[in-house]
Amino acid sequence: MSKQTPALKIENLVKRYKDGFQALNGISFNVKQGDFYALLGPNGAGKSTTIGIICSLVNKTSGNVEIFGYNIDSDFAKAKRLIGLVPQEFNFNSFEPIFEIVKNQAGYYGITPNIAKGKAEETLNILGLWEKRKNTPRELSGGMKRRLMIARALIHDPQLLILDEPTAGVDIEIRRSMWELLQKLNDDGRTIILTTHYLEEAEYLCRNIGIINDGNIIIDTSLRDFLDQLKKETFILYLKDSISSPPVINDADIVVYDEKTLEVTPKEQQTLEKIFLQFAQLDIEILSMRNKSNRLEELFMNLVKK
Amino acid sequence: MTIQEKLIALRTLFIKEILRFARIWVQTIVPSVVTVALYFTIFGKLIGSQLSDVKGHTYMDFIIPGMIMMSMITNSYANVVSSFYSSKFQKHIEEMLVSPMPNYIIIWGYVSGGVARGLSVGIAVTITATFFSDLQFENIVLLMVVALLTCILFSLAGFINAIFANSFDDISLIPTFVLTPLTYLGGIFYSIDMLPDLWRSVSFANPILYMVDTFRASMIGVNDINIYISLAIIIAFVVVLYTTAIVLLNRGTGIRS
Repeated sequence: MSKQTPALKIENLVKRYKDGFQALNGISFNVKQGDFYALLGPNGAGKSTTIGIICSLVNKTSGNVEIFGYNIDSDFAKAKRLIGLVPQEFNFNSFEPIFEIVKNQAGYYGITPNIAKGKAEETLNILGLWEKRKNTPRELSGGMKRRLMIARALIHDPQLLILDEPTAGVDIEIRRSMWELLQKLNDDGRTIILTTHYLEEAEYLCRNIGIINDGNIIIDTSLRDFLDQLKKETFILYLKDSISSPPVINDADIVVYDEKTLEVTPKEQQTLEKIFLQFAQLDIEILSMRNKSNRLEELFMNLVKK
Repeated sequence: MTIQEKLIALRTLFIKEILRFARIWVQTIVPSVVTVALYFTIFGKLIGSQLSDVKGHTYMDFIIPGMIMMSMITNSYANVVSSFYSSKFQKHIEEMLVSPMPNYIIIWGYVSGGVARGLSVGIAVTITATFFSDLQFENIVLLMVVALLTCILFSLAGFINAIFANSFDDISLIPTFVLTPLTYLGGIFYSIDMLPDLWRSVSFANPILYMVDTFRASMIGVNDINIYISLAIIIAFVVVLYTTAIVLLNRGTGIRS
């Protein structure tokens, strides 16, 4: 397949449920090969429906979906072979040992038992689950269950990995280790589509984003271009020494939190460099700084509120 | 998928299904053996010894083929309906739906599991029956064909039941209110020649009658209905149920929203 062929191509996708609810209103978007793409949206926006259709778990009403150029209707076997899905909810057979779960998944893709055993061992080792191979999913922690879902999704070496809220409910340490794993998988050439409610996760991992709201794609762009839409950004500055009165800076609005903490909002088109220079001229030394709020979160909230 | 890959997928599902019921053999194999042993003791030995022969055979010999058939019917049905419904309930059916495995492989994977359990229980019950009677096998090929077709038929029926089931109650309704009455009225305990004309005619509408009758013919050489007609009817039911199952699965009934 050509490098130019999108990993995922969605055209005019419509989903109307039996009760008349229209979850998708003809959405279209592409995901490039090798991309790390965030599909964001509030609850009920249509993210999981879209993923369900791509993975044959939901019947579409109309529209076209192609995976690396293979149509999911006419070339379904080739298309499915290229996809790995990590669903939102745990969906294991609770009574089956985890080694069997992963090995059987390979079998469903036509991988011979001997190769399947080797791949299951390799994948469980990568995900740190080999020691638990004889346990059933009921005996695993939440983080381990998430990793098991990733292991199962990777067993047939999919080129497109779709993760529906993979870090929901896991602690920070596990989330960070999963981020590292996902980045490595992407670095290895896999295209990854991620839905998440943790917007810092999308900002940290993804290069391009799509935002879906009320069944419509309202944003489909690069993360950088999207964040550039943020006209004003507010920073919290931690000072080395106390100040008695608010400093006067021409290019920024300043609010004093306390004698060593300032809230600084640069005026449009002003660079931080200029502002720092003015602080230096006033003999104010800055120890550290952070964004007042997550930038992506701020834009996201503005969009979905409209 | 190539044919070889499809066969690997089928084998995977088949072995998974066998391991599923084999892991809990005390719940899946033993109960039928215990139930049938009680039937043999009470109806065959205690009550049967007081009854006259049926078509030249002792009552015990007459009911044994029907009892073996009843065990195979209920177990092949129960295996598929519970396994497939559990996969829907726990959502691990998605493991198969996201894979390139065609729908007919999914059906035959579950059906082969149901057949394996039906035949396993059938063999266990047959061995149990040897403690109560000297078994005859008039036509072993016919016996194997009828046993296999019957297990396939009821595995498919269980599969369709599971497709429509929305709760665990739904998977017990058909066995309780349809399967058990049809089985008991399917000529296990009597020859339909013993019935009044009206009920004899009504009995012909019961598909289980043809299976029990043909199975009995294969064991003790006694039958009420022409064997070829029975086989044709059983095969017709298999074709209709398979077609129904594949159409439902292709539409995504009960499994895709």
